[in-house]
Amino acid sequence: MYTLSNRFKIFSLSLIILGSLGWFYSYTASHLTLDEVKVLIAEESHHGSHSDDMHNMSHQNEKHHNEDSHHGDEAHGHEDEHAEHVLHQIHNRPYAALYVAAFFFMMISLGVLAFYAIQYASQAGWSPVLFRVMESITYYLLPGAIIVLLIAIIGDKHIFIWMDPEVVAHDEIIQGKESWLNKNAFILRGLIYIGGWSLYRYFSRKFSLAQDNAKDNKNFKRNFQLSAGFLVFFIYTESMMSWDWIMSVDPHWFSTLFGWYVFASMVVSGITVIALITIYLQTKGLMKYVNDSHLHDLAKFMFGFSVFWAYLWFSQFMLIWYANIPEEVTYFVTRIEMYPIPFFTMFCLNFIFPFLVLMNSDYKRVPIFIIMAGVIILIGHYMDVYMMIMPATVIDRYGFGIAEFSSILIFLGLFLLLVFYSLSKEELLAKGNPMIKESENFHY
Amino acid sequence: MGSIKIFHALYNDDDILLSAVKKIKEKHYDIDEVYTPFPVHGLDKVMGLEPTRIAIAAFIYGCIGITVATLMMNYIMIVDWPQNIGGKPSFSYIENMPAFVPIMFEMTVFHAAHLMVITFYLRSRMWPLKKAENPDPRTTDDHFLIEISTDKPVAGLRKLLKDSGAVEINEVKPKEY
Repeated sequence: MYTLSNRFKIFSLSLIILGSLGWFYSYTASHLTLDEVKVLIAEESHHGSHSDDMHNMSHQNEKHHNEDSHHGDEAHGHEDEHAEHVLHQIHNRPYAALYVAAFFFMMISLGVLAFYAIQYASQAGWSPVLFRVMESITYYLLPGAIIVLLIAIIGDKHIFIWMDPEVVAHDEIIQGKESWLNKNAFILRGLIYIGGWSLYRYFSRKFSLAQDNAKDNKNFKRNFQLSAGFLVFFIYTESMMSWDWIMSVDPHWFSTLFGWYVFASMVVSGITVIALITIYLQTKGLMKYVNDSHLHDLAKFMFGFSVFWAYLWFSQFMLIWYANIPEEVTYFVTRIEMYPIPFFTMFCLNFIFPFLVLMNSDYKRVPIFIIMAGVIILIGHYMDVYMMIMPATVIDRYGFGIAEFSSILIFLGLFLLLVFYSLSKEELLAKGNPMIKESENFHY
Repeated sequence: MGSIKIFHALYNDDDILLSAVKKIKEKHYDIDEVYTPFPVHGLDKVMGLEPTRIAIAAFIYGCIGITVATLMMNYIMIVDWPQNIGGKPSFSYIENMPAFVPIMFEMTVFHAAHLMVITFYLRSRMWPLKKAENPDPRTTDDHFLIEISTDKPVAGLRKLLKDSGAVEINEVKPKEY
């Protein structure tokens, strides 16, 4: 049985506090006046050709995006208009940074919930020894998802441009989507997703615990049925969630496989975290019944889903690149031209690195390789979420500074605290699961 | 070398076969070969065979495949008859690379798979029209055969094989097949 040490509590609480302080600092620092921004721009234009390029590019982009919204006010000077946009982008950054980190940790938890449901629905024999770890990770889902929704609502037009009535009033494309993209429906849908996921999580955990001391397999069977039903609910709501919470930051753009793409990211990060926490608990001398064949299987999933992610990423990219339709292709033009380094680094970290490291069968059983690949995968998928949100909110005013780092600290602290709190509540072995014997003796 | 004798022991169950191989190994007899109608899980480990190196070969073949695909598409689509791909007439391989990725992928898989099969056949010394090495046709149906050559006294080996569950024990002349 795992006990949550005071040191661990203090560590994660201090992460949260440190992160919050950092975030509030970046938040106050982002409140510049228009004049200050003009000075900033003037300074930057003296810097050299590189930042000049960036400006021109961002300016074109703004013109493209906001053509409709600036019909009448030609009285506004060209410079003023630009400064105002830059001001907005600087304002948006703390919100967007917070949102990226919040979504990333929520996504891990949701991915694990789906993976857990798959284990039950497929009655997998190898994984029941890991069930308590999975259940603990999903403990974060309810608070995590509510926080994401809250940030989305409070962040409002700082993250979702379609929440700004001014923009919508001048944008016919968003007007056409208003029946879906309006704030009330957004909140309602968000509550339905979170409600559904949390209900499944609540009952599944309840049955799983009840099964521990049960004489028959009634709870296991219930969990099987519940999980199968949940997976149907999940794949619809997950897809819609990805449109709502991520894709709508670029309200003009759409991709039909976006839901799958986010799902791949979700599951691979989730499985990685399962593996990392399992290895951590093993170094504490717990979970002796987890052998290297279990780790091998987790690493296979990490490998497989990394390739699956790359496949979907490329499928989305290639079709849009090939067809070259202006309203679709802007998405990648923005990212490749303004974010060339993070864009391609992200692809290497998420695909090429895990592909090469985890290809060898023997390496999949060695904890150090799993940890190495796992950390890189997590960094890569954080960058993936970053690449989805940032280009739409802060355009070229991006970076990895105090705002981003503190946001990660806040949610890392919260995630660790809640997950390990939940781990410390129950026995680490789901001993009543009818397949626990098979799982303990699992070997490849 | 006249003193070396070859024995064929037949079994009719894969579990009995596995434990028999273990027992024979414990007594330090040399097992030349085991013939089975289907792959027996764990047999390679009890026989003490080296792990396969086909994975390394597969990786190399994959690399060959992706190279062939790259050179081929570069010749076909860029050099020999320059194509306007996706309305972007850049005539550069690297700029049109996304269009070639599916082909590069398929050729990688194609080369890895086919060359692996061919390697496996050659490594197992199998080629078309070759006479079967299989000593007993029943091993293609429902029997398992262990081939042992020994220069130790025969009675001990016979007893060992009998005890290990063999249904039939034959002494054969060398190079009979």
